[in-house]
Amino acid sequence: MNVLIYLVPLALALGLAGLFAFLWSLKAGQYDDMDGAARRILSDEDVRK
Amino acid sequence: MGAEAVDYSVFVDHDAAGHAQMNLVVEGISGDGCIEEIERGLTALPGVVRARLNYTNHRLSVAWGAETSADAVVARLSDLGYRAHPFAMPAADEEAERAKWLLRCLGVAGFAAMNVMLLSVSVWAGNVSDITPETRDLFHWVSALIALPAAAYAGQPFFRSALAGLKARKLNMDVPISLGVLLALGMSVVETALSQEHAYFDSALMLLFFLLAGRYLDHAARQRTRAVAANVAALRGEFAHRLDAEGCPVQVPVQALRPGDLILVPAGERVGADGVVVDGRSNMSEALVTGETLPRTVAAGDAVHAGSLNGEGALTLRVTAGGDQTLVDEVQRLLDGAMTARTAYVRLADRVARAYAPVVHVTALASALFWIAMGASLHDAVMIAVAVLIITCPCALALAVPAVQVVATGALFRSGILLRSADMIERLAQVDTVVFDKTGTLTLPDPVVRLPEGTNPALVRLAARLALSSHHPLAAVLARQAEGAPVPEATEEAGAGVRAVIDGREARLGSLAFCGLDAPADLPASASLIAFRLGDDGFVAGIDQALRADAEDVATALTGMGLSLVILSGDRPDAVAPVARALGITDARPGLKPAAKIAAIADMKAQGHRVLMVGDGLNDAPALAAADASLSPVEGAALTKAQADAEFLGTKLGPVRDALACARSALKRIRENLWIALLYNLIAVPLAVGGYVTPLVAALAMSGSSTLVTVNALRAGVPRAGGMPAAQPGKARS
Repeated sequence: MNVLIYLVPLALALGLAGLFAFLWSLKAGQYDDMDGAARRILSDEDVRK
Repeated sequence: MGAEAVDYSVFVDHDAAGHAQMNLVVEGISGDGCIEEIERGLTALPGVVRARLNYTNHRLSVAWGAETSADAVVARLSDLGYRAHPFAMPAADEEAERAKWLLRCLGVAGFAAMNVMLLSVSVWAGNVSDITPETRDLFHWVSALIALPAAAYAGQPFFRSALAGLKARKLNMDVPISLGVLLALGMSVVETALSQEHAYFDSALMLLFFLLAGRYLDHAARQRTRAVAANVAALRGEFAHRLDAEGCPVQVPVQALRPGDLILVPAGERVGADGVVVDGRSNMSEALVTGETLPRTVAAGDAVHAGSLNGEGALTLRVTAGGDQTLVDEVQRLLDGAMTARTAYVRLADRVARAYAPVVHVTALASALFWIAMGASLHDAVMIAVAVLIITCPCALALAVPAVQVVATGALFRSGILLRSADMIERLAQVDTVVFDKTGTLTLPDPVVRLPEGTNPALVRLAARLALSSHHPLAAVLARQAEGAPVPEATEEAGAGVRAVIDGREARLGSLAFCGLDAPADLPASASLIAFRLGDDGFVAGIDQALRADAEDVATALTGMGLSLVILSGDRPDAVAPVARALGITDARPGLKPAAKIAAIADMKAQGHRVLMVGDGLNDAPALAAADASLSPVEGAALTKAQADAEFLGTKLGPVRDALACARSALKRIRENLWIALLYNLIAVPLAVGGYVTPLVAALAMSGSSTLVTVNALRAGVPRAGGMPAAQPGKARS
């Protein structure tokens, strides 16, 4: 069961990484305009430039 | 007013880089192209450094440097085909902050619940196979490490509310929730320290996660409807003509007016602020303020109120603040009194909690005493008591209401009702009396033209074109029907009417005397008359308030739902009686002042009725606050809408019926959910008392009952067959 010594911290680290990614995206305003994000992805604006 | 300068400075602020920035609400956003079109169109403007459109709430944020101005931005948007209105972002948006906070708590609880569940499943699997006590203790300690800080953070919404409730000596739903979470965590730590088999870290976190999800969704649904209501208010945003030092009018938003400012109110425009007439003479229609439809004559020295419609003369006003505005002061005073009565309502969930919490706590204590009497050790007896408290922690009970509210708020939103307050659905569903204001609520906010039988439509069209040249408010109503250009070379004679020559014949539009015509008999007595004459032909039209198109159907439907209808109006008896007759409402009381409206509502409440007030005028604001539930059309006065639980959109009265029908069906779902939660407890509590509840059973029971409640809540969005008939078109009375 020695494998737990690094697997448990690894699992926790991955979970924490996900949590911080979520908190960062919330702070960056990524959930402020959900409908807009769905439409902007179809925009060709960046390709034309 | 094209040539007049517009002052947007009240909406413009400066960001860190020194750029001016402004938020606008944009109308007409739909389809795929408009994000690009607006953002590209604006950034192409020299000087614009940033333009970002929020497609969800239709708000645009623009920042610009020295090369351009707010006027240029608005003009550009109008060139692109979008009507935009500056929007003052509230400095501290508490609602948005709270939504983000709930979402952060939800994220933390979700992360912790997932990871702890991972460890718990390993322990459960190990308990029935070959886990060593050392490994199990390690897993429990790791769980504690995750769960304790996570619960301390994510549990705050519940702990705070519970503390606030206890301080006020009131038991709310958050008290048993907080107690359950804290006990589950505390007991688990003790059990882990004693190297025991069972820990409930996962249950505590899962409970927090489910409840936070319910609260966040409930909050987000209401935030969305509030945003739409704020947008509508901004798009109707009013401008006033402020006279600058040289006496030139400048258009400023009414928010920018300060006491002492001089404003010009042209004929036919609404007054933007309370003030005293300095110069000019006119008739004021104060329908929105007092409900009275007959205009009042004002001259220098008279006070006028914001929201009044100016008649045929231009006025210069000096803006006042507070002071001698007797009406507004009186409304405010009545409002303060009425609002204290409203807060006495106790939400259904909290009423359930008041009965539920003591029963549960007594049961837990009784089961501990029972097991001690049966010879169990103190440790085992306490563990069983705590297990009872954990299993009865009201997860399904606390989700029962918000889950239904989320669905019902969405359903109401789709039928044009913007919900403001959280507990409105409960209050609305219990209503048995609907009180309507007349002017602007049962009737349309704008008057319509009524023609005698057999009027030549060609003449009416001609009259409407001639009316375009007049400044008189009655003519303005007629002019809305105009097709084509104004009649050329029309001259207006003040106090009489307009005259022009059409095809060699003289045309006149104005007072009956000016046109030499008599009043016809078949126009309603409440109508104001306007005459048109072309050569020897002519007609007299009445300008009158019209009922909302579906008012009769709605009145019939509401009566059919078992509600009694009442009209409380500030208008004259002869204006109220025809409306009451048309709608079949027998209890119509005219000529009521705001205080009399409150007294009438208090009287009904004293008789045991639950009252819904529907009103729009400033004079209705205290009555809205005094009633059990309140609705206001979106055209209503700002102060009034702030008191309403919900606003409805559109020119129809149908949303009132839909709101009541939807609230009743939602309350039914809430009651069902409470029964489901009770049933769950009836099954789970004996198991807990018997000592059969393991963490695995607790986890299954909790998630199972929560899912059941949520699924049942989804049915609130589905209107029952025949429950909410589609609004009937036609039957217009104009």
